[in-house]
Amino acid sequence: MRKLIANGVRIDDTFAEAFGMRATALIVTADSAAWARQAAATMTGFATSVIGCGCEAGIDREIDEKQTPDRRPGVRVLLFAVSTGELQKQLAARVGQCVLTSPGSACYAGLDGEESLKLGNALRYFGDGWQISKRFGGKHYWRIPVLDGEFLCEATTGLTKQAVGGGNLLIMGESARTTLAAAEAAVKAIARVPDAITPFPGGIARSGSKVGSKYKNVKASTNDAYCPTLKGAVKSALDADVASVLEIVIDGLTPKAVADAMAAGLAAIVKLGSRRGAVRVGSGNYGGKLGPHHFHLKDLLP
Amino acid sequence: MKPLVLALKERPPERLNLSPLLPHLLAGKTADEIARIGVQTTRRPITVGDLFRVRMGDARGIHIEDGCDRLDWIGHGMASGEIVVDGDAGSQAGRLMTGGRLTITGNTGPWAASGMRGGEIEIRGATGDRLGGSLPGEMVGMRGGFVIVRGDAGERIGDRLRRGTIVVEGRAGAWAGSRMVAGTIVLAKPAGPLPGYLMRRGTIVLGSAATLSPTFMDCGKQDLVALRLLAMFVARYSAPASKVLRRSLRRFAGDMAVLGKGEIFLAC
Repeated sequence: MRKLIANGVRIDDTFAEAFGMRATALIVTADSAAWARQAAATMTGFATSVIGCGCEAGIDREIDEKQTPDRRPGVRVLLFAVSTGELQKQLAARVGQCVLTSPGSACYAGLDGEESLKLGNALRYFGDGWQISKRFGGKHYWRIPVLDGEFLCEATTGLTKQAVGGGNLLIMGESARTTLAAAEAAVKAIARVPDAITPFPGGIARSGSKVGSKYKNVKASTNDAYCPTLKGAVKSALDADVASVLEIVIDGLTPKAVADAMAAGLAAIVKLGSRRGAVRVGSGNYGGKLGPHHFHLKDLLP
Repeated sequence: MKPLVLALKERPPERLNLSPLLPHLLAGKTADEIARIGVQTTRRPITVGDLFRVRMGDARGIHIEDGCDRLDWIGHGMASGEIVVDGDAGSQAGRLMTGGRLTITGNTGPWAASGMRGGEIEIRGATGDRLGGSLPGEMVGMRGGFVIVRGDAGERIGDRLRRGTIVVEGRAGAWAGSRMVAGTIVLAKPAGPLPGYLMRRGTIVLGSAATLSPTFMDCGKQDLVALRLLAMFVARYSAPASKVLRRSLRRFAGDMAVLGKGEIFLAC
């Protein structure tokens, strides 16, 4: 494989292979930014991978109180799933258990889509007959009486079928410390890109996986080609100087959002350089046959 | 866009039916064709040309100059465009309107916005009884859209209101929101006795104390996000009404004589 080198960081001539997903967005508000963040963090918890969590979710950005529908501090949350049905199920369950329950919260559509998903329309029954429907200004809201007043929730939110999941960067370094520093810098840069999230803990996955396993019931297993401890034992993809690998997985509402996010992450890694950060960056794919979206690292370099 | 202007020559000898004069009905018609439209309400034919001076323009906007209280059914079933009445209008202005915008600079008779489904109506003067109400025999009144009255309004505002928002900046008569099915009414100035009489669901906001029926139950002071959103929406049309919605409000649930899922918010 031909190698590009930027600021000492070797960039693999490879690409991330990503898949089409169904996605939606919400705006969660509360009386304080801390409680808006809390509600959003709770509803996007245990949403790292569709393999085991049903959906991938994360905080897109915090929204200033001048910009939110009710002029309170808010957070925009993105949710991704493999089907409209699963997305609807996860949306209702997560908003019902994590936002409805959070003190002072309200929930609004965060996306105008050609199709819609039920939001308040699915949660209103919690009101046990005391829920109130309000339509004004072209919007439909549900007011559900709760113990601290009312939970206000927009009736529906938009659905997009243009979303992309599985954009990724494999960050390789000479030590766990420098690899993590590079990954953290990349996540911080990606957080500023609109319409994209990094669903893993703190945006980083240390257990990058491959499809399939030697065990017939296991759908995904450890990516042994990138495990530094197996460097000598398997057909490794790692060089002699790589001692640690971390992966950043990116989901975006559009292919462009994923490309922008990967470019921002890559730029941050390159800026940090090979002495303090990563020595090499790669990306995971399945040979280009499975996913329709290919993001080539060489096209994304600053 | 230069609007189509219909200037009233003199006070008509009888009540007129102006329901044929809608932007979507007049589109593509010539001045002669418009002048021949009948607007009589008796057996004696009266045409637009008999009573109005027609100045051609784009029929998406119709201006009626020197309006008077005998001009009934202005904007009846209006679906799009704009009608501006310079002066007064008769009864049932904007009845069954589904879209567009109707502005009346003077006063209107009863049943303005009756059965309205969409669009916007602004009445700069006063309006008669049963604003947005149902005609006898109808199960529901207004069921969508937005109405603002800058002046006073008569009795039974929003009688059997089903959906939509009514804002009155002036004083309101008795029984505002009587028999409401749902929807929203905001009354910035004092309202007559027994607002929300037999209301089933819906919201009435009163900027000033009124004699409530004993079948409304005090639910205490509330600071609700829904009212904040409503205040922001209403602020586009009316500063005084928006101000009322931002005040400290006490919630009364009722009318317990019927379903009891409605609410009156009283500024306190």
